[in-house]
Amino acid sequence: MFQVRFHGRGGQGVVTAAELLASAAFREDRHAQAFPSFGSERMGAPVTSFCRIGDKPIRTHEPVSEPDALLIQDPTLLHQADLFAGLRPDGYVLLNSARGFSELGLGDFAARHRGDRLLVVPATNLALTHLGRPLPGAPMLGGFAALTGAEDLIGLDAVLAAITDRFAGEVAAGNAAAARAAFDFVTGQLEAVTQHA
Amino acid sequence: MLKQIEGSRAVAEAVAMCRPQVICAYPITPQTHIVEALGAMVKKGELNAQFLNVESEFAAMSAVIGAEAAGARAYTATASQGLLYMSEAVYNAAGLGLPVVMTVANRAIGAPVNIWNDHSDAMSQRDAGWIQLYAETNQEAADLHIQAFRIAEELSTPVMVCMDGFLLTHASERVDLPGQAEVDAFLPPCEPRQLLDPDDPVSIGAMVGPEAFTEVRYLAFERMRQALEVIPAVEADFGAQFGRGSGGLVKLYRTDDADLIVVALGSVLGTVKDAIDELRDDGMRAGALGITTFRPFPAQAMRDALGDDDRLRRLVVLERSLAPGAGGVVTADIRTALAAGDSGPRHAIVRTVVAGLGGRPVTRDSLCRMLASAERGELPAFSFLDLDMGLVAGELTRIRATRRSGPSAENILRDLVGRA
Repeated sequence: MFQVRFHGRGGQGVVTAAELLASAAFREDRHAQAFPSFGSERMGAPVTSFCRIGDKPIRTHEPVSEPDALLIQDPTLLHQADLFAGLRPDGYVLLNSARGFSELGLGDFAARHRGDRLLVVPATNLALTHLGRPLPGAPMLGGFAALTGAEDLIGLDAVLAAITDRFAGEVAAGNAAAARAAFDFVTGQLEAVTQHA
Repeated sequence: MLKQIEGSRAVAEAVAMCRPQVICAYPITPQTHIVEALGAMVKKGELNAQFLNVESEFAAMSAVIGAEAAGARAYTATASQGLLYMSEAVYNAAGLGLPVVMTVANRAIGAPVNIWNDHSDAMSQRDAGWIQLYAETNQEAADLHIQAFRIAEELSTPVMVCMDGFLLTHASERVDLPGQAEVDAFLPPCEPRQLLDPDDPVSIGAMVGPEAFTEVRYLAFERMRQALEVIPAVEADFGAQFGRGSGGLVKLYRTDDADLIVVALGSVLGTVKDAIDELRDDGMRAGALGITTFRPFPAQAMRDALGDDDRLRRLVVLERSLAPGAGGVVTADIRTALAAGDSGPRHAIVRTVVAGLGGRPVTRDSLCRMLASAERGELPAFSFLDLDMGLVAGELTRIRATRRSGPSAENILRDLVGRA
């Protein structure tokens, strides 16, 4: 079973992103479970959501405390909460930022972590370009599909199908284009990391 | 049709396929998504029903009672304080013998205010005369609603379908939803036992004095006895038509050679099963008994399921609510059931563990630790899972030291902040 934890703020689509990932996994004939951190969410407050993906029915209902991957939708949370708590050794981390890890004060952490499993993607910028709104959920998932490509976990097509199923018209098209752009961006980053290594 | 779907949405779609004619709604977390979805279906014309936005939960249950008395199939949903607020009418629906179906998205009861999941709300209404069914998964939650209308209408007794708030209502999981024609074949139109009809007037809800009150109440007892037969029959019909097991009285998991059995209700059973698999890998012979029907309490079915074998040495009852001054609500019924029959495991030691109050996660790790200590004979008769005794001790010390120690909840929250 592969476990993902999403961190973001109320209004950024953190819960929707986890649901979209579960929906994408379902399309690939996997069992999936998505659920929010349960609280009185409000705009701007820290929000956590979870997604489990497996080949067998998922029975547990406890929160994900030892994630295989972290999707951090809002970098301003980095110094407010221990976002990395319980992360599996060499787990996947995708961070929404147009800046690098050193600039974000995570240079030491990045130096210790596998480079091909710790990447940034400018998801908000991509959403603004393609969707016209600062909603990073869909591009984060596109980036996630690229980042975890080696796991054969989730394909870009399944992510795009989940998006067009959930949204309609221009919103669907914009989210899908942002997800595709993020997929390409992360794929490029991965190639750069691999060549560098 | 298989769907990846939020639990509330799955329940709303299942309820809609039961063709309710009246839906009463008053919002309360975590139930709201269900009636919101139903309201949207009515507005779009996908569901032909009267959707009543009422001014309170008391009004919601009262309007549902009126609709049922007029012969309509009626539905509502609530949780927590909302269920308490409608409590008087909840008793009336049962006393009048009206087959209401209501979802309770289980949530704690304040004070202190808490929106998260436990079973305090539904347990507070356990003796209201309603049938109570508890869903383990969202699949079962959807299926139980379809069964609930049939059970309720066959017995003229209201049914409360309990599903864990947030853990199920807000979780997106895989659910196989039937088609409308399949549900129509399973659930015939409502044929009311009593009907308010201007052309053939009757009165419903007369005062009954000491000369007959006991007899009317006896009939409530008798309907519940019949329910113990109707519920498994409906489960069997459902299984035959839809090809999956859902509902019924009790269910077993890896109990065949078990010497320790966990008894639980609701979604925690999933995590319990994971814990049992882990413990079995370590050589422990553990199993689980899930109670799907809590009212009527399936005493005979439970004794039959547990068997006469002396191998069963320990029963650990997970309580998702607390009865202050008494202990565990479910445990009391289990002890009565074990004592009442001349079958069943007579020598099993019963242990009560209160777990997951107000949304505290019940984790596999904690369950495994607790069950291992039960196996070693170290679990006390009554305990709380993952209780932070340090926090409690701090407040107890304060109460002993100062008369005006202040509000305990706020004191404890302050202590927590001070720790960090």
